[in-house]
Amino acid sequence: MLIIDCPYCGPRPEPEFTHGGEAHIARPADPSQATDQQWLEFLYLRKNTRGVFAERWRHARGCGRFFNALRDTTTDQFLATYRAGQKPPAVPVGGER
Amino acid sequence: MSSLRTPAGGRIDRADSLSFTFDGRRYQAFVGDTLASALLANGVHLMGRSFKYHRPRGVLGAGAEEPNALVTVTRDDARRTPNLRATQVELYDGLVAESQNRWPSLSFDIGAINNLLSPFLPAGFYNKTFMWPRSAWHKVWEPPIRAAAGLGVAPTLPDPDRYAQQFAHCDVLVIGAGAAGLAAALTAASAGARVIVCDEQAEMGGALLSERDATIDGQPAVAWVAASVARLAAMPRVRLLPRTTAFGYFPHNNIGLSERITEHLADPAPSLPRERMWQVRAREVVIATGAIERPLLFPGNDLPGVMLASAARTYLNRYGVRVGTRAVVAAGCDAAFAAALDLAAAGVQIAAIADVRAAGAADGPALAAARAVGLPIRACSTVLAATGALRVAAVRLGVVAANGNVSPGDTIACDVVLVSGGYTPSVHLHSQSRGKLAFDEALGAFVPAAPAERSRSAGHCRGINGLGAALEDGACAGAAAALATGHTATTPRFVATALDAGIEGTPGALPQLASVIPPAKAFVDFQNDVTTRDLALARREGFESIEHIKRYTTTGMATDQGKTSGLNALGFVAAESARKIAEVGLTTYRMPYTPVTFGAFAGFARGDQFDPVRKTPSHDWTIARGGVFEDVGMWKRTRFFPVGTEDMHAAVDRECLGVRNGVGMFDASTLGKIEVVGKDAAEFLNRFYVNNWANLAPGRARYGILLRDDGFVYDDGVIGRLAADRFHVTTTTGGAARVFGMMEDYIQTEWTDLSVWITSTTEQWAVVAVQGPKAREVLAKLVTGIDLSPTALPHMAIAHGEICGVPLMLFRVSFSGELGFEVNVPADYGTHVWEAIHAAGQEFGITVYGTEAMHVLRAEKGYIIVGQDTDGTMTPDDAGVAWAIGKTKHDFIGKRGLERPALKAKGRKQLVGLATVDPQVVLEEGAQLVATANRPAPYPMIGYVTSAYHSAALGRSIALAAIADGRARMGETLYVAMPGGDIPVKVVSPVFYDPEGARINV
Ligand SMILES: [Zn+2]
Repeated sequence: MLIIDCPYCGPRPEPEFTHGGEAHIARPADPSQATDQQWLEFLYLRKNTRGVFAERWRHARGCGRFFNALRDTTTDQFLATYRAGQKPPAVPVGGER
Repeated sequence: MSSLRTPAGGRIDRADSLSFTFDGRRYQAFVGDTLASALLANGVHLMGRSFKYHRPRGVLGAGAEEPNALVTVTRDDARRTPNLRATQVELYDGLVAESQNRWPSLSFDIGAINNLLSPFLPAGFYNKTFMWPRSAWHKVWEPPIRAAAGLGVAPTLPDPDRYAQQFAHCDVLVIGAGAAGLAAALTAASAGARVIVCDEQAEMGGALLSERDATIDGQPAVAWVAASVARLAAMPRVRLLPRTTAFGYFPHNNIGLSERITEHLADPAPSLPRERMWQVRAREVVIATGAIERPLLFPGNDLPGVMLASAARTYLNRYGVRVGTRAVVAAGCDAAFAAALDLAAAGVQIAAIADVRAAGAADGPALAAARAVGLPIRACSTVLAATGALRVAAVRLGVVAANGNVSPGDTIACDVVLVSGGYTPSVHLHSQSRGKLAFDEALGAFVPAAPAERSRSAGHCRGINGLGAALEDGACAGAAAALATGHTATTPRFVATALDAGIEGTPGALPQLASVIPPAKAFVDFQNDVTTRDLALARREGFESIEHIKRYTTTGMATDQGKTSGLNALGFVAAESARKIAEVGLTTYRMPYTPVTFGAFAGFARGDQFDPVRKTPSHDWTIARGGVFEDVGMWKRTRFFPVGTEDMHAAVDRECLGVRNGVGMFDASTLGKIEVVGKDAAEFLNRFYVNNWANLAPGRARYGILLRDDGFVYDDGVIGRLAADRFHVTTTTGGAARVFGMMEDYIQTEWTDLSVWITSTTEQWAVVAVQGPKAREVLAKLVTGIDLSPTALPHMAIAHGEICGVPLMLFRVSFSGELGFEVNVPADYGTHVWEAIHAAGQEFGITVYGTEAMHVLRAEKGYIIVGQDTDGTMTPDDAGVAWAIGKTKHDFIGKRGLERPALKAKGRKQLVGLATVDPQVVLEEGAQLVATANRPAPYPMIGYVTSAYHSAALGRSIALAAIADGRARMGETLYVAMPGGDIPVKVVSPVFYDPEGARINV
């Protein structure tokens, strides 16, 4: 069970959260202008990163807010959590330890 | 008592004797004994039969590492616990234990024929022999193999015991209360940190409890343990958990502990849970789990009487039991000398100490002490083979030449063989936590490298040897852990004396392996019956990776997790393939460290506590009337209300006709409800749902469809506009939470420009659907403040008033195709209003109906159920609801997705109706459709049945189906392929009943 640091509420246990997949995939402002390839990439193509990965979480059984996190997928350690709409903070290469 | 029991000493209470039975025979023992120590005190070494070959097996170890002595302990028919290690079973008076995997008896086991057949049961035997024909495995081969090769049998009765679960937080969790663990706990606790100490044994102290002469700070080691535990127990910020195994290390320092509370009690108080599962969240963890001695590899190394030297020493010093009368000691490590010295002092004759190392390699204080008392030490000497029937009777020694070749030597009679192949640090938890491991060539062992969690290993489990060094290492780890939690510690110093032994050893790759062993066979993994020959065979058959070798031979698998076998297997494979152990690598350690009961995992989540239950306002009313529930998510919904002896079919027919011909009532409270409020509420719904909401007038409602951005149908429901800036959205029962989450997602992250708020109101409203030609007449008796006439309240209109004196939000909607209303009242009034409507409806013969009738009624009208008639790959056009799409909207979720070529292609499956040629045949939901009868295989499936019912109103069966180009096939005859033969069907409109919709608009 992970401990996730909600940017609005502070650290809480994982059962309070739902995972929302890869972060920073914005819905195109005018979908009608998107090519089939662009729409395919928006819908389906994900990085599946081994290492530091930016992902979405929702504090569903808490404040209800969506936010983003940087998690090392090899260790499950979080390097940062930050509010939706913000850029991911810079982190040391290879994680914190 | 028996002459094997020493006259004094040990941790047992000689004033308190008890009796127990093993395989039906009664034995005497003392409080403080384990089943293993008590059997050994009674001269019983034969404790089990091996997994595959049914070889006689005795006890190898003295603790969690025991691979052989697996027993079943029975209290009663419901309390029978199989696969317990005899070394961990604490005795109580009257304990009943039985050996496993033998028939008819332990000493005469028919299955032992497998041992004679062993040349024909090599590694991969099952995979190779029994996989053809494929179908035979489950029926022909598997049952007898499972019966013959196996462990204990679980009870079939429900578990009558209770299991507790507890969460805990601490600054420092210390795992293991041996020398390093106690030093760490004392240091951290003295600094003021909140500390939890857990230890798997009944008594804390670890290996110190097996020491005879060791001293710490001038007092005997066991006295120091007692004083230290007492000091810790007196500290208010310290929690001591004996009999508690740290079985799993989960992310973010979440450690699973399994505490055994009543297992050791003869007559446990009923108020006590049997076990308790702890989930500890520790800021820092100190792993002090010690090390496990390794067996040596020689033929006959699994005979009863062959045991780890450290185990023999534990049985002697801790339990006052001499494991035999005449011992041969096989030493690959100095630890063997300490055991030999203690056993000799206790009167066990040491026939020989065969030290595989060259003279000079081993000349520490242990060797000197052994020499000083005249023990018969043979350098450059090893055990070639052990022989005996149900107990070792003799060993044949060999002499190791400088080039590694071994020449045969003496045969020596003995009744125990003490083996010491070096120590393997217990890195299981560190490895589970995803910490890295490094092979230390000097130690010949894997030790913890960089941790992945806030943890540190201390003492023997990270290759630190010697009592003084272990205490110091533990204290440093405790101080560092305390400091990391903001507590400054002064690291205590310890003065320790002990006959220290190194971890050293040459794991697995003993000299004789290269020259003498093949084709002889030595056991590597005792629990899984894997031999050197199996490992060699796996290598010859091309398995190079240790992970593949593990799976092919099963070495290191199951509950044992390679505690005694892991490094020996690696060493053997490395020697065979002329690689270094570090190059061969290590297999992954899996949790649990030792088995954990299902009861501990389940905890309180059993029976009524298994899952929360959501109840509707009519719940108790339904129970009183014999209604039959079904589970829909967490909801209990009434499926049908049988009258008299009706079965479901009869009840549903009656309920459907009741609605069609008069009036029915239905509890629709489970519908998901979301209130959408704000000046941009309409714009939000315009972007979210496919429909146009801008032109929906307040007081009116509309059927809405929700897609995902891929263009596929996700949910549906009626949405009413209560005011310019306020909508009442309904969702499917199962979709409420995910639709709400999706709304939040778009509001929070995509359309932050919109001023809109959403609130889940599912639990706020009770909903009673009143449907049927007489629905208006029923409600007219109860409703005030609303004109119910068709002109004032037409289909899809909303009005506010009162019913039975409580606030009413009335929707005129229909999911039955009849004149219909949905009565929304604050949830707390739901039961009252439900009963009032039922009473008012009596004069109109009102019928209460359940979900099954609701399904039939909607299917007769061709109304879809998202998730039943759609499957996540259906577009609105596929489902026949494209009319709902707002054609003039520039964008909505899914609009761009629908433009993808594949979603507009020909040949997509479309929802249509099916009429069976034989009107009485009801199709099976999920059945596949084909285009032609009597076709040769293979043939293409062109669709499938999504809904199928008997329709009482139509006097025939009806069905909905998704069929390729379905709407172009109207009138065609297709075939539903079933095991009993094709069922011919005609493709028809999905609207079976009242296609003009005349009955709704009255
Ligand atoms: Zn939060």
